[in-house]
Amino acid sequence: MTDLTALSLADCLSLLRRGEISSSALTRAHLERTARLEPTLHAYITPTPELALAQAAQADERWAAWRKDASQPHPALLGLPLAVKDVLALKGVRCTGGSRILENFVPPYSATTVERLLAAGAVITGKTNTDEFAMGSSTENSAYGPTRNPWDRDRVPGGSSGGSAAAVAARLAPAALGSDTGGSVRQPAAFCGVTGIKPSYGRCSRYGLYAYGSSLDSVGVLARSAADAALVFAVMAGYDPLDSTSADRPLPALDLERASFRGLRIGVPREYFIKGIQPEIETAVRAAIAHMQALGAEVRPVSLPHTEYALPVYYLIAPAEASANLARFDGVRYGPRENADQVIDLFSRTRGMRFGAEVKRRIMLGTYALSAGYYDAYYAQAQKVRTLIKADFDAAYQQVDLIAAPVAPSTAFRFGEHSEDPLAMYLEDVFTLPANLAGVPGIAFPVGFDRAGLPIGMQLMAAPFREDSLFRAAHAYQQSTDWHRQTPMLD
Amino acid sequence: MTLTRKEVEHIAALARLELTAAEVERYSRQLSDILEYAERLQQVDTSHVPPTASVLPAALRLREDTPRPGLSIETLLSTAPQTDSGQFRVPPVLDAHD
Repeated sequence: MTDLTALSLADCLSLLRRGEISSSALTRAHLERTARLEPTLHAYITPTPELALAQAAQADERWAAWRKDASQPHPALLGLPLAVKDVLALKGVRCTGGSRILENFVPPYSATTVERLLAAGAVITGKTNTDEFAMGSSTENSAYGPTRNPWDRDRVPGGSSGGSAAAVAARLAPAALGSDTGGSVRQPAAFCGVTGIKPSYGRCSRYGLYAYGSSLDSVGVLARSAADAALVFAVMAGYDPLDSTSADRPLPALDLERASFRGLRIGVPREYFIKGIQPEIETAVRAAIAHMQALGAEVRPVSLPHTEYALPVYYLIAPAEASANLARFDGVRYGPRENADQVIDLFSRTRGMRFGAEVKRRIMLGTYALSAGYYDAYYAQAQKVRTLIKADFDAAYQQVDLIAAPVAPSTAFRFGEHSEDPLAMYLEDVFTLPANLAGVPGIAFPVGFDRAGLPIGMQLMAAPFREDSLFRAAHAYQQSTDWHRQTPMLD
Repeated sequence: MTLTRKEVEHIAALARLELTAAEVERYSRQLSDILEYAERLQQVDTSHVPPTASVLPAALRLREDTPRPGLSIETLLSTAPQTDSGQFRVPPVLDAHD
């Protein structure tokens, strides 16, 4: 008997198509594994087993009908179980955002990305854990307790999409949606040894995604291979009139069958191989680049000279946007409220009591950066340096198709390691923030393990709207390596 | 860059965050550290650089101003902690004797 949780999405689809497995059996296999492992992993805030089984039964009926009359193509994800990060609304299911300020909030609509998965026949296994409002790199900022890394349960899974990454690595779900504002898909993908795509800004609708940094937020996918991630990405990508920053750009064909490195130019930026990075990471990433070169890629050095400013730019712009976005949580329209005699005290008390420490820290930082007297020195200056960071990428993409870099300076760290020092935690994001500031897409995938047996990830970044190059390269790499096939021992 | 407790209290008031004394103390230290780190941005000459608010080149789109169905009042109020006569209910905005 095949372990149904070990199959790729493409294999699941072909078995479902031929009627050799049912979506109900596939879904049940994942739910049973979740029931067994979830108590020690805590990948979910709200699992939705009943919803999943109902959707699976419906998918089985649609497959049966399709097999009788296959004149129309079947929906792209019909019967495939997927998890969704708990910052994306799914109508009728509690969406906490990892926060106590929305602990009882049930959205009356679904995010466009989620809606597209549903329309394609996906089965939703639940809402995965996240740092509160996606602010964090470890899930330690979740109000519902942290997720544990399936490779070492004393370590963080990364964040903020740590629940999604752990669920995929532990095979609780074959793939999951995440969101990436400064690395929140790519860094947990690297920490958990899975593949994660952060699309171009504007590629996937933000409608129904809890807004954190609106000029940076993107909805992405975590999966166990580039091919699986591409399948889900192709469904959820595309123009949405409900998001005013959604880009009306055609999606290049993701023809992975013939993916190769021939003709691909890969740039290696010296600014991403700096002192302080764990030596095993540099070794593994350089070995992966050499492998790509052996497979036909042209590798050359490039420079992104303003990289060192990405961190301070991000930690002014993102909190500034967050301070405005999170103003809506005031105990009036949704969530619980802390009572007070005056409305202004109701706002302050509800927010003071129900936001966690990191969210309050970023709201304060953003409020300060935007406040009278400091706006020009902090926020406006950060926006100008952002222009220079984006210009670095524009110039590099005149010479190369892809930029190769580590995802994070270290592998998964231990719980509590950075919790008293916010700045040390922010440094975890140093290699992932620039892609968000420049709006370019990035893909993270495993390229080795360190001595402690923890996964090492690397990322490729492409020019805006060239996710096709990312999938092509990551898939070609995964066709000739098996790092992505390694799974943690959990049973 | 050092943020005094008084400045932190001022920002917290602007942000509508009720903080404990311990939080004010901790944030004044942590925010000072972060802002000190951000000081390095002042080294960059940006005198001829325009700001980037969004990476997308196009200006925001406008849609046709035509009515269409949306979420109902009942649906939207169903998520609120307190409602009254089809509206969100809150404590007094002004004192009765103001």
